[in-house]
Amino acid sequence: MKTLLINCSIIHPEQKLNEKKKDILLEDGVIKQIGNLSSGISADKIIDLRNNYVVPGFFDMHVHLREPGREDEETVVTGCNSAAHGGFTGVACMPNTDPAIDSAEVVKFIKEKAADHLVDVFTIAAATVGRKGEVLSPIAELYEAGVVGFSDDGTTIKTSSILKRALEYSQMYNLPIIEHCEDESLSGGAMNESINSTLLGLPPIPSIAEDLIVMRDIILAEYTKGKIHIAHISTKKAVQLVREAKAKGIHVTAEVTPHHFTLTDDSLKNYDTNYKMNPPLRTRTDIDEIILGLKDGTIDCIACDHAPHSLEEKEAEFEYAPNGIVGLETSVGLSLSELLHKKILSLEQIVEKLSINPRKILDQPIPQFKEGEMANFTLLDLNEVWTVDISKFKSKSKNSPFDKRLLTGKSIGVVNNKKMLFDGDFFDL
Amino acid sequence: MSLSSRHLLGLQGVPKEDIQLILDTAATFREILERPIKRVPTLQGKTVVNLFYENSTRTRISFELAEKRLSADSVNFSVGQSSVSKGETLKDTIKNIEAMKVDLVVVRHAAAGVPNFLSRICNSNIINAGDGIHEHPTQALLDMYSIREKFGKLAGLKVCIVGDVAHSRVAMSNIFGLKTIGAQVSVCGPSTMIPKFIEELGVNIIHNIDEAIQENDVLNVLRIQLERKAREYFPSIREYANYFGITQERLEKNGRDILILHPGPINRGVELSSEVADGLNQIILKQVTNGVAVRMAVLYLLGTLN
Repeated sequence: MKTLLINCSIIHPEQKLNEKKKDILLEDGVIKQIGNLSSGISADKIIDLRNNYVVPGFFDMHVHLREPGREDEETVVTGCNSAAHGGFTGVACMPNTDPAIDSAEVVKFIKEKAADHLVDVFTIAAATVGRKGEVLSPIAELYEAGVVGFSDDGTTIKTSSILKRALEYSQMYNLPIIEHCEDESLSGGAMNESINSTLLGLPPIPSIAEDLIVMRDIILAEYTKGKIHIAHISTKKAVQLVREAKAKGIHVTAEVTPHHFTLTDDSLKNYDTNYKMNPPLRTRTDIDEIILGLKDGTIDCIACDHAPHSLEEKEAEFEYAPNGIVGLETSVGLSLSELLHKKILSLEQIVEKLSINPRKILDQPIPQFKEGEMANFTLLDLNEVWTVDISKFKSKSKNSPFDKRLLTGKSIGVVNNKKMLFDGDFFDL
Repeated sequence: MSLSSRHLLGLQGVPKEDIQLILDTAATFREILERPIKRVPTLQGKTVVNLFYENSTRTRISFELAEKRLSADSVNFSVGQSSVSKGETLKDTIKNIEAMKVDLVVVRHAAAGVPNFLSRICNSNIINAGDGIHEHPTQALLDMYSIREKFGKLAGLKVCIVGDVAHSRVAMSNIFGLKTIGAQVSVCGPSTMIPKFIEELGVNIIHNIDEAIQENDVLNVLRIQLERKAREYFPSIREYANYFGITQERLEKNGRDILILHPGPINRGVELSSEVADGLNQIILKQVTNGVAVRMAVLYLLGTLN
């Protein structure tokens, strides 16, 4: 089957492509030709992109798909639907499931659930058995099963000696250890420590709980020469530490969530649990440094920490409610609204942070815009103004602080695995 | 005159006029409490639920009496006797209680923000009777009432809150209320017990108890909650008592007449020496009586709003 995408603006920063008014011919989901083709080519389906953008498919390296264990909140399939509608063709799911992803069997289970979907699901395995921080997971076996990184996300690997060994061992496979950085002896609270935590009477999590672990992890990465990736960076000091470490050539990378570059802890004033996350929303000063970090490359990528939760668990006492938000369906809109339209990042930089860099960190190939390559695209309308409506989320859960927020720019479709999502429908190519 | 809000969730942001109205109304009820027949029909036909998720004797009895004095029907709901132990969510519980047609809900909960949460999901008027380490507005109002009773005013007075300020809902409500009404507020305690960034609210920090005694008209001495995690915040009770405890000797060094309040129950020999505590008996008991009057005022003002 032949599909012709006409009037495409093509951007691929790695291939140094930035072209307008191009057409792309796909045959059975594979790129056949790119150029000015509209005259004289017959196709089964012609889609006019009206000068909207075609970029390499977006990839979110930090999502929670909840399966196995909490299928009431999300499943691999509903999470993939959420990702596709949000503009992603690939996700890497975190291992804090029940059971945890710490064996080849669970990896296989998830891969089977995700088979045949437009969205590629990669797994990040637990760094330690059961995410308990005591015994290393079978890293070699998990690598062979196809995992792309290791993390005890949700908690920090508490013992330095275990993290040291994990960094040493994972080097054999060139995969990173992804750290959730939180010194639990300092945290245990419900929000950032600031005047707002004092006013709200909520137990605080000081920013130093993150900073101290980021510092420790950088020192361990330097010493072991292993690769460390800092998940959901949220503090000014942590960004500065990563910047200094990168300058020294230490193998450290970092991601930030859209909510951590958009919201501050001022949003908590009404105890709305949709604003409860871990790491907690910080302050304007932290956001300013995160923005600098996004601009200068200290922060490599944007990952949303997609964390679906059931309504009954979120609709509770603030201190008892679980952390996190449904992120996949607002991540692209927030990145375009907050970073592109506010002239913080160029579109090329946004594509790097949402597509190229996360794949590099996880040692995965970058989709190429070349004849013979599988088409893996995200289609972007940079200027559409739209309102977030949680009732329309494809995710099984609806917990988002961005409901009713006006955003500018969104994904209008995705192409991958010989499938396309456009105008709200999936179809085969 | 009526209050500008349907609920009393805390004193943060409550306008001066509302605080004054509550205190003035409390003065009227205070007088009723001295009569042989202490009951008025003001809230006849109104139903109040006392929803106590945390143990409390004083506050609950004080509210209950206030409700009875106003002729309201009141129901007590306490953890242990309820569906909470069966795993019911807070939202389901409040929805069930509301379905029984109640007018006011007095709530105490260990988690901060529960009164705010309830005010969003139900129609009753909510009164905060203490939420986590956030606020305890009626306690602060009765403290303010007691101060005003002694000095005839609040504006311009110097009030110091002493003790574990960082973990005290009484302290926060006092700070908000007193600042709004124009008093000068300071806090005194070990630095581990001073709330972070509190100076941003225009509150002075003192670490020397003698200085606090010398410079203030009122000391509001908090109870050191030995049963909570308070112990982690200072090296020993002995050290706390030696450096922050209020003794007769310390008070005598300073000749001025100073009012000491304590929300009770007192840890004798810790925040107050036994001698000081005995000397304070009268005012502390007066605080308790004032508490009923202040709660009557709040119940009356909210209960007759609609």
